Amino acid sequence: MTAITDEFSSAPVLPKWIAPVLLLAFAYGVVPLIGSSYLFEAILLPFLALSLAGVGLNILTGYAGQVSLGSAAFMAAGAFAAYNFYLRVEGLPLIGSIVLAGIVAAAIGIVFGLPSLRLKGFYLAVSTLAAQFFVQWALTKFSWFSNDSASGVIDAPKLLISGFAFDGAVGRYLFALTVVSILTFLAYRLVSSQTGRNFIAIRDNETAARIIGIPVLKTKLLAFAISSFIIGVAGVIWAFAYLRTVEPDGFDLDRSFQILFIIIIGGLASIRGAFFGAALIVVFPLALSRLGGFLLGDVFDSGVLDMSQRIVLGALIILFLILEPDGLVALWDRVRRRLLFAWQST
Amino acid sequence: MPLASYALGMMEASVYAPEVFARGLPSTLQSSAVGIVPTGSIADAAVPLLSLQGIGLSFGGVVALADIDLSVLSGEIRAIIGPNGAGKSSLINVISGVYRPGRGHVQLDGISYTQVPTQRLAHLGVARTFQNLALFKGLSVLDNVASGLAYKVRSNFAGQVLGIGRSRGERRDSLSRADQILEFLDLTAVRDRLAGTLPYGLQKRVELARALVAEPRLLLLDEPMAGMTASEKSEMAGFVRAARDRFATTVVLIEHDVGVVMGLSDRIAVLDYGRKIADATPDEVRNDQRVIDAYLGVASDNEDGAGI
Repeated sequence: MTAITDEFSSAPVLPKWIAPVLLLAFAYGVVPLIGSSYLFEAILLPFLALSLAGVGLNILTGYAGQVSLGSAAFMAAGAFAAYNFYLRVEGLPLIGSIVLAGIVAAAIGIVFGLPSLRLKGFYLAVSTLAAQFFVQWALTKFSWFSNDSASGVIDAPKLLISGFAFDGAVGRYLFALTVVSILTFLAYRLVSSQTGRNFIAIRDNETAARIIGIPVLKTKLLAFAISSFIIGVAGVIWAFAYLRTVEPDGFDLDRSFQILFIIIIGGLASIRGAFFGAALIVVFPLALSRLGGFLLGDVFDSGVLDMSQRIVLGALIILFLILEPDGLVALWDRVRRRLLFAWQST
Repeated sequence: MPLASYALGMMEASVYAPEVFARGLPSTLQSSAVGIVPTGSIADAAVPLLSLQGIGLSFGGVVALADIDLSVLSGEIRAIIGPNGAGKSSLINVISGVYRPGRGHVQLDGISYTQVPTQRLAHLGVARTFQNLALFKGLSVLDNVASGLAYKVRSNFAGQVLGIGRSRGERRDSLSRADQILEFLDLTAVRDRLAGTLPYGLQKRVELARALVAEPRLLLLDEPMAGMTASEKSEMAGFVRAARDRFATTVVLIEHDVGVVMGLSDRIAVLDYGRKIADATPDEVRNDQRVIDAYLGVASDNEDGAGI
């Protein structure tokens, strides 16, 4: 075992920024040219939005250790806030309304993060449910939020940034990709900063963190604020770039659970984990429906699909919790190390 | 298996480290009988750095501490011993503000508190370790130790994310100071390991490093040698003494191993059932009849326990 570890440390290690940069170059340079509209609409756009939401929740739950079941509420708050800012504030550019929407989501996050100063674990999770139900209720109850539309549905505005319109599936994909990349980079910087280490300290031992002088209350609320900001912007992407028309019911408790599953499957306390988890959550139902249709033909209708999705996903989560608590990221790292080792020894 | 042997190698390599550090430093206090005024000035010694006055603490009907007075002079190593449940850890928790005493107050550096403000403890120059390991498992050893300086950080998260303002300088300073402490406690070899992956004895030492990095005036050690082997204990005792000599830190120490305590400390307070039954130099404590009855024990002739 020791020998193997030594082997690895002597291997030429690529700089850490190489992989993300290559990936981004591929995502910007190659994907728009070869991708079909189905790829963008059904896979990449929801993947990007959910990844960003996963990054946001991971800051709160994975790093700072505060369990939250209110993610969808913060997405909804972001989406509806951006819609209203853009609609009601004359001359406000789209970027401005997105940033303001994030700030609104952050403010709501702080309010519903206040119980975390007293509550821990499951009790805190239950109290964040209040955010989930309250926001969804308020958006449905007060039609002002959806500009008095009869059905409560909002239509996203044109994605226009300094005169440049992000039209069509590819345009919206590039828009989402840019926002997600910037926020993910900032999130990465955050978790490797002093504040990020304070998050981990509070997660691992709150009493010790307080004793050594980490401002625990402030740091917890900061985690809620930053997490909610990112999840709020993810909500804007979900509404404006992916679905284009959303209603409050689209941000229900199921969505919150979905985001929680993303970070559990992908890997807690890992920025990459959110992307791994989101990829699985988005691609898995599509793959299952293709596979089911191929194997079983007409018997595999949407009802069966829905049911089998839940069963397989539930089993998958249980398996992950038992076999790989560190998520897909840990699995990926292990496989990559094996491959590298095999490649070196040949 | 390889992990264990690796750890063992670490231990062996570092056995002599504290003596090396202690050598050449003004450590006139190596023998505990000499007195209680080490590196600090005489003026420091006149007013105790820490004094407890009439501390009482109860949990429901259970009296954990009753009317405890304790004074700790600047620069001394002050041990608190006593049987299990005597209230030793409660006392440390009162001093560090984790518990609020029902009666009495804690005087720290001339300022009196009914409850010491835990959040400001680091600013007051007080650091502590915990009986059960309280490391941040998800951080590296280096970051664990550097976190002992988190109370000084002035930059906000935005500055840290963008890498502007004072955040860079702060990070550089705390890393270099953490590195010095790691070297002092002979932990450099495990610098980049996750704290949770270290063997128990080393984790205890990392906790000492995290407390020491802020160069506290008062260091509270809650059973720093619990669960260690004899050689690990003497090694740890060496580190505690070296830390006192190098940083002029006052040490309050809870320990079970009487042999280690006798050799290490300047004065010893003995607790039993929440009361202080003795408070003197090691030699006096060793011969105190009440202490012997309560704690040290004699070769028992099995008075009432016959047949158990």
